[in-house]
Amino acid sequence: METSPQPSATEAIAKADLAIASPWQVFWRRLRRHRTAMFGAVILVILYLTALFAGFIAPYGYERQDRERFFHRPMALRFQGGLAVQQYEPAPGSSKYQAVKGEVQRIHFFVRGDKYNLFGFIPSTLHLFGSGDPKHPINLLGTDQYGRDIFSRLLYGSQISLSIGLIGIVLRFGLGMVMGGISGYFGGKIDSFIMRFCELIMSIPALYLIMSLRATFPANLSSTQVYLLIIAILSFIGWASSARVIRGMALSLRERQFVLAARTLGQRDRHVILKHILPGTFSYVIVAATLSVPYYILGEVVLSFLGVGIQEPDASWGIMLNAAQNPEYLTNYPWLLAPGVAIFITVLAFNFLGDGLRDAVDTKS
Amino acid sequence: MLSFIIKRLLHMIPILLGVSLITFFLMALTPGDYFTQLSMNPQISPEKLAQLRAEQHLDKPWYIRYLYWLKDAAHGNLGYSAAYKASVSDLITSRLWNTFLLSFAATLLAWCVAVPLGIWAAVQKDSWVDRLCSLIAFVGLSIPDVLLALLALMFAAATGLFPVGGAQSSLYDLMSPGEQIWDRLHHLILPTIVLAASELAGIMRQMRSNMLDALRSEFVTTARAKGIPEGWVIYKHVLRNAINPLLTIFGYSLAGLLSGAFIVENIMAWPGLGRLTMEALSAKDYPLVVAGVVMAAALLVIGNFIADLLLAWSDPRIRLK
Repeated sequence: METSPQPSATEAIAKADLAIASPWQVFWRRLRRHRTAMFGAVILVILYLTALFAGFIAPYGYERQDRERFFHRPMALRFQGGLAVQQYEPAPGSSKYQAVKGEVQRIHFFVRGDKYNLFGFIPSTLHLFGSGDPKHPINLLGTDQYGRDIFSRLLYGSQISLSIGLIGIVLRFGLGMVMGGISGYFGGKIDSFIMRFCELIMSIPALYLIMSLRATFPANLSSTQVYLLIIAILSFIGWASSARVIRGMALSLRERQFVLAARTLGQRDRHVILKHILPGTFSYVIVAATLSVPYYILGEVVLSFLGVGIQEPDASWGIMLNAAQNPEYLTNYPWLLAPGVAIFITVLAFNFLGDGLRDAVDTKS
Repeated sequence: MLSFIIKRLLHMIPILLGVSLITFFLMALTPGDYFTQLSMNPQISPEKLAQLRAEQHLDKPWYIRYLYWLKDAAHGNLGYSAAYKASVSDLITSRLWNTFLLSFAATLLAWCVAVPLGIWAAVQKDSWVDRLCSLIAFVGLSIPDVLLALLALMFAAATGLFPVGGAQSSLYDLMSPGEQIWDRLHHLILPTIVLAASELAGIMRQMRSNMLDALRSEFVTTARAKGIPEGWVIYKHVLRNAINPLLTIFGYSLAGLLSGAFIVENIMAWPGLGRLTMEALSAKDYPLVVAGVVMAAALLVIGNFIADLLLAWSDPRIRLK
């Protein structure tokens, strides 16, 4: 057998470094190497930043209607003495718009416009860009059936869609960990009661249960109430499947020596569950939580789309897609599907990140 | 095997009872009922209304109503739909069949495409085929059913190749049997594709990873060492071991399938259980809602039962548990 080459000094140091790296460091290292996961993470950071600054980036308020421009097509970007958009005029004998050759509207930056509250509490009228001319608005993604700017509404809608999942997973996995932990740790009657209940929830196809639960509340709730209601309903249904998996993990963790040691030392059950059992489920929870954010985004979309979620004139991706339900609108004004594309990109990014997280926590590979 | 089947069948009864109880309870919490809107109508006297309510036992507390409902349901009578003026059992049969047809066709399509693709991707790991499949899987997992259904509607409306929604043409009753079958199929194609597309990705990814697991095992190395042709190794040794865990996925995917069907039915006007339940909910026609939810749960529970049977049949270890 040939003698293996001596490892260089740097390699030896790198190896030693790896040997003392904490599980979190190893996890982080593996995640950073995962290209698609990082790609997803970058997209998500951008999306969340735009949602945070939605009022500033959006050129118009989400409620502003332009009664002269229903279903205006998206305006093409031009470069003519600076950044500009193509101008359009109504095509004769049709509801559509056609480009006017050579005529453009300059895009101005940091212009004053509609009032909004930055982060919900700082009143401002400053916008990242705009036309500075109310007669010639800039509709990057066109307008909807009320002549509202789709690009602006998309940004305002992202505030709902992107936050709903983050709050939702905290509730869902909080409940799932507590119930699953209790169920697996104590076993016996408590365990079988909780698990039968989970089974019951899981035997009703989710949307049937979601719609029935939604019906138990009045139809005409404000958008804020509906927003909270959607989170509550989706979490109430979602915790069951998480609790089942966490229970399984708790069952096996319960038999491990360190748990036995903690119990022998006389620690309270609550302490053992919180400090010794549940931390063992973190790797699963992180992955599952990331992958279940889309569940909330899609939940809001379906509810609003079917008319029992966020209500007009508020903006959410679901209620915006609702306008596209009419096949005639859909074929003539396909830009109404823009929120669908936004949902797709967001969900894709979460799936990329979740997949990378799964690979990073999987110590077998 | 027989005792296993009986055990699993008995297990279904409390679940369906529980589901009906939950749904009944939820409907009792719901503000108003179908007759609330009738009370606006000056032509209907309050006495008549009270009489109509009493016929549906709406004047009694919900748990009493539930017992009445159970008694009737045991006799195959699921109540009377005030909104449709018809018996719920009659209404629900055709809708149940439509949902079953759609889900079954979509499952069939998804599996027929996903399993071969998953095998191909695993055998040619890291090739362009594999990468393409993985891209398709990510896109399929991420594209919302709502968007896909809308795109399908748009496609149908723009090209005229497919009907825009519905399950049959308006002239269906005047058609010859052959034309009727074609008409039904023609309406079924687009909703099936939409529903299958969302299912496909998960199955394909699972199949690929099962294949990779099986390819790594020692019996494959042994088989190759013995000089068995590669195609034979794949078919006889790898594939048969990789298909087994997929049966579990089949059970899990049913819940998602029925929820997907709910969306597709509502957007593409497919007259199934989901659409009926949605209509019944907005009309506050509670007997119909309860029947819709219980039937959807029954589809799911029976589907899981079949998945368990398949699993027990292919893997004897499960039967003994």
